Amino acid sequence: MIATKSVADELAAAAPIKGRSLWADARARFFRNKAAVAGLIALVCVMLFALIGPFISPWNNEDIDWNVLGNVAEAGRPSLETGHWFGTDALGRDLFARTVQGTQISLMVGIVGALISVIVGTLYGAVAGYFGGRIDAIMMRTVDVLMSIPYMFVLILLLVVFGRSMLMLFIGIGLVSWLDMARIARGQTLSLRSKEYVEAAIATGVRPFTIILRHIVPNLLGVVIVYATLLVPSMIIYESFISFLGLGVQEPLTSWGALINAGAAEMNKSTLWMLAWPLFFFVITLFGFFFVGDGLRDALDPKDR
Amino acid sequence: MLVFIIKRLLVAIPVLLILVVGTFILMYTAPGSPFATERGIPPAVLANLEAQYGLDQPFVVQIWRYITGIVTEFDFGPSFIYRDQNVNDLIGQGFPVTLTYGFWSFVVAVIIGGALGILAAVKHNTWLDYLAVGISIGAQVLPNFVLAPILVLVFTLWLGWLPGGGWQGGQWQYIILPVIALSTSFMASIARISRASMLEVLTSNFIRTARAKGLPMHRVIFRHALKPALLPVISYLGPAFVGMITGSVVIDIYFSTGGIGQFFVASALNRDYGVMMGITVLLGTLTILFNLLVDILYAWIDPKIRY
Amino acid sequence: MTQFYILTASTVLTMALSTAAWSQETHPVTGDKLAEDQTFSYRLLDQFPSIDPQLVEEVEGGHVSRQLYEGLLTQNADGTLRPGVAEEWSSEDNKTWIFKLRPDAKWSNGDPVTAHDFVFAWRRAADPATASEYAWYVELAKIEKAASVIAGELEPEELGVRAIDDQTLEVTLGQPLPYFPQMTVHYTFMPTHQPTVEAHGANWTNPRNIVSNGAYTLEEMAVNEFFRLKKNPEYWGADDVIITEVTGYVINDVNQALNRFQAGEFDMMDELPAGSYPRLEAEAPDVAHSVPRLCSYYYTVNQSESGHEALKDPRVRTALSYAINRSVITDQVLQAGQAPAYSFTHWATAGFELPDIEYANWSQEERMARAMELMVEAGYGPDNPLELDLIYNTSENHRQIATVISQMWRPLGVTTVLSNYEWQSYLDIRGNQNFDIARSAWCGDYNEASTFLDLLTSNNDNNDGKYNNPEVDRLMEESLTQADPQPTYTQVEKILAEDMAILPIYHYTQNFVLDPSIRNWPMENVENNWYVRDIYRAAAE
Repeated sequence: MIATKSVADELAAAAPIKGRSLWADARARFFRNKAAVAGLIALVCVMLFALIGPFISPWNNEDIDWNVLGNVAEAGRPSLETGHWFGTDALGRDLFARTVQGTQISLMVGIVGALISVIVGTLYGAVAGYFGGRIDAIMMRTVDVLMSIPYMFVLILLLVVFGRSMLMLFIGIGLVSWLDMARIARGQTLSLRSKEYVEAAIATGVRPFTIILRHIVPNLLGVVIVYATLLVPSMIIYESFISFLGLGVQEPLTSWGALINAGAAEMNKSTLWMLAWPLFFFVITLFGFFFVGDGLRDALDPKDR
Repeated sequence: MLVFIIKRLLVAIPVLLILVVGTFILMYTAPGSPFATERGIPPAVLANLEAQYGLDQPFVVQIWRYITGIVTEFDFGPSFIYRDQNVNDLIGQGFPVTLTYGFWSFVVAVIIGGALGILAAVKHNTWLDYLAVGISIGAQVLPNFVLAPILVLVFTLWLGWLPGGGWQGGQWQYIILPVIALSTSFMASIARISRASMLEVLTSNFIRTARAKGLPMHRVIFRHALKPALLPVISYLGPAFVGMITGSVVIDIYFSTGGIGQFFVASALNRDYGVMMGITVLLGTLTILFNLLVDILYAWIDPKIRY
Repeated sequence: MTQFYILTASTVLTMALSTAAWSQETHPVTGDKLAEDQTFSYRLLDQFPSIDPQLVEEVEGGHVSRQLYEGLLTQNADGTLRPGVAEEWSSEDNKTWIFKLRPDAKWSNGDPVTAHDFVFAWRRAADPATASEYAWYVELAKIEKAASVIAGELEPEELGVRAIDDQTLEVTLGQPLPYFPQMTVHYTFMPTHQPTVEAHGANWTNPRNIVSNGAYTLEEMAVNEFFRLKKNPEYWGADDVIITEVTGYVINDVNQALNRFQAGEFDMMDELPAGSYPRLEAEAPDVAHSVPRLCSYYYTVNQSESGHEALKDPRVRTALSYAINRSVITDQVLQAGQAPAYSFTHWATAGFELPDIEYANWSQEERMARAMELMVEAGYGPDNPLELDLIYNTSENHRQIATVISQMWRPLGVTTVLSNYEWQSYLDIRGNQNFDIARSAWCGDYNEASTFLDLLTSNNDNNDGKYNNPEVDRLMEESLTQADPQPTYTQVEKILAEDMAILPIYHYTQNFVLDPSIRNWPMENVENNWYVRDIYRAAAE
């Protein structure tokens, strides 16, 4: 959704990023970008929240506070005395603990999903670009074909058919998103192939797959990172949509999507905190990834040099 | 160009076939049956039902019947759940609805999003720019399943201005809320994309030359900068369209518009094999056609591209 | 103001024409002044799959059928029998039933409704060619040869129902069934118009084609959006029907539906959002209602080979049941007047007398203490934890109850793995005993205890936990021929409680919001059958 085709096109067309010295350059450029730095700080805070949260929360994510159950609108509001800093959910479970746990799941889905698509997409694209010719034509035509499949629908089918599990969610979401990555990687590889060091490697008889892994992939890293930072938020959004459809993680586990959806359902019952907290973390994380992604792209974009 | 279009359309046929067969196999592996009810059905009745819908036939026969039914008579078969209706009727009723609010959402997203993006780029680094960027990112990250109930709460329950759902043949007051809920995030994406590309175009040499010649700003923008700046927006339209079709699930659930989005999830959950297959074919065809359309549009605007 | 948007120009016109007769009049019984606008609208959770009475298989289609068609008998507001198309009915031996039909009953196209229409419909329900999911109902009603007809072994013409003449219907049962007349209220036994069905096939319920014999006819329908019924002028009792138009809106999301109700878009909705009832009742006691409904919510315990070993031990089942604090579920989770359940049969079932179940009177502390003892006796407990799979179908209420119960079981050393499945998968999993504990509910098909208790006999298709007690089987068999089977039912419940065959949780109420201007709503009908022909809209005072 966010990591769009246009971004993909742009990155595919961009000249490959080379050399180590440029990385330092890029870092300096990135840290000059205020929005990107703010985004990075926000992301670090959210991650710390997810990591440290479980250790400081007086409640865990599945215990029901029996005193609150049945009177959540009053007894379940956010308060320091009860230890429910974020209030409770509709069943009297501590929202702080649940938000922490939801954050873990959502970040994991986002990052693992992006990782799957990056690994599959990069290798696929690199192979297609490296070998070129017929192989390239067939592989990229396959990508075009796969792009015309209504993915969300297929993902829903998969979750229904094979049952709901984290693994299925990862596979499903990963499947949707490696296609763009493959196109980007291929575009970059095409231009890397004619580089002297690659030619030299070929001449000395290095096996093709070693060349791809040793020489091509490391040089794709820049674009891959940029694209991956934009992929993570779209993964998180996909997950929230799946949760909205009731096909997300199983109780007592939760995710941002599930929490937001549950909070939105209670919107009219003067328990707005149930929506506000998870939505807050969801929104600042997505903001963070966008800003960092934009910042990285600007920092790594050779056109600006 | 014509050869290109024909080639693409020919490729679409095997793609759709693979899609149909794939979905058919998924359907077969799924646990549960469309006929299961809370009170278990006696085996004899179940056998009758399966016979009526041809589920007692071998896999190959079923799929062959299905495909020949579509090809020869454009008949997508019966619905397994809505027993008074067939798939053609159901999709025929729902699709115009989805298309109507989808079309308006598309128009709204492109026009407002494009305008917002271009404005932000032209007023780069002013408060207007920051505001536009803030709004568009905010709009992009607010899930439409949160936005939709907020809209109903505000415009229906509190203000009483608009009906909270329904369609009633597509009267204007029923279209507004679905269009807002559906278009917002795409509008935001388009604003971001068009801003970025407009900024890039504005710093390019030919625009600098035009400015240096003393052409007025509005002329530069409309005569020279707009077309190249819209290219990335156009390549986004394909994914945006697919995204809107997917998002129509939320619209149909919240606004009871009676579109086909409802069926994406419901047909899979109810094991309504007929509707599920029909939707797969429809969505596949639409996605292919729309991507083709976008490519044609792209070639038309960008003279560098030749097929 | 919002009301305005819903009414299209054409409906305003029909309303103006047809309500003219009623305007400024008063209701003949209550004396309420009637409103100008005699329309009624309500919310449906889901689109009904069919309104062909022989194919209807769920609640929403059932409601519409009761407005569109009229069976032999119908119900009064309190659920007692009331003549429908049949004026009189009788039986010597509870085996052969004679129904005398009223001569003035007509279809909406003017044709008379005859005994042949019922014969056609009932044969159609059993006919394999119709493939009705409710064909089993014909068998449940014990109509002679029903099973063989359904299995395709006999022609539908062999079914034990025949028209002696146009006004006389004779039904022959395979065994005596004292409550057979109650069963004829059900939609499966409503008549269908043969020429229409034969002319249009599956399409006959289309608004263009449909011919019905009830108080209303189908005017318009858009799948997943709405449908509209109009008063049927040919209906024999049309003079007493006050509401001229009925509209149903399909709204899947329950919170959205409630917002729209509160914005005044329609008059009635049931299935309120979980936990919202107390607030609604506090805000508007004349709008929010809670009445008993003939359904029981319980957990099925898998006692077959595939279930957890421990669950075959009645002590473990009993401990699990004792540990469930039912009043927390009814008063703090659901909060809408549901009754804690210690028996399977709903407390409001006609004629049913609850047995004296001991643990129902204990305090929760006593139950918990006893539960701990039982677990230890059975060899489990905190030192030897038990891990159980609890499955439920996707729904906010079921999710909440499962979560709460899994927490209640934790002190017993029971770890619960919750899994929710969407409906069709869930039925498959539950039907094949791939679970330890499964959320279940059962609604009475008719108002008599056997509709519940038959379920737990060993050869019942829906006995998903595979509970098996020959004593229960024997008693239920005997009850069929008893003049007063109620003591037997009470005895069976007592055995069920001792064996802890299932874990009863609560007895349903029907919670709904209803615009206060709508009057005569059947508040005492435990089967949740309502007939729009009896209600009316009172003028604002």
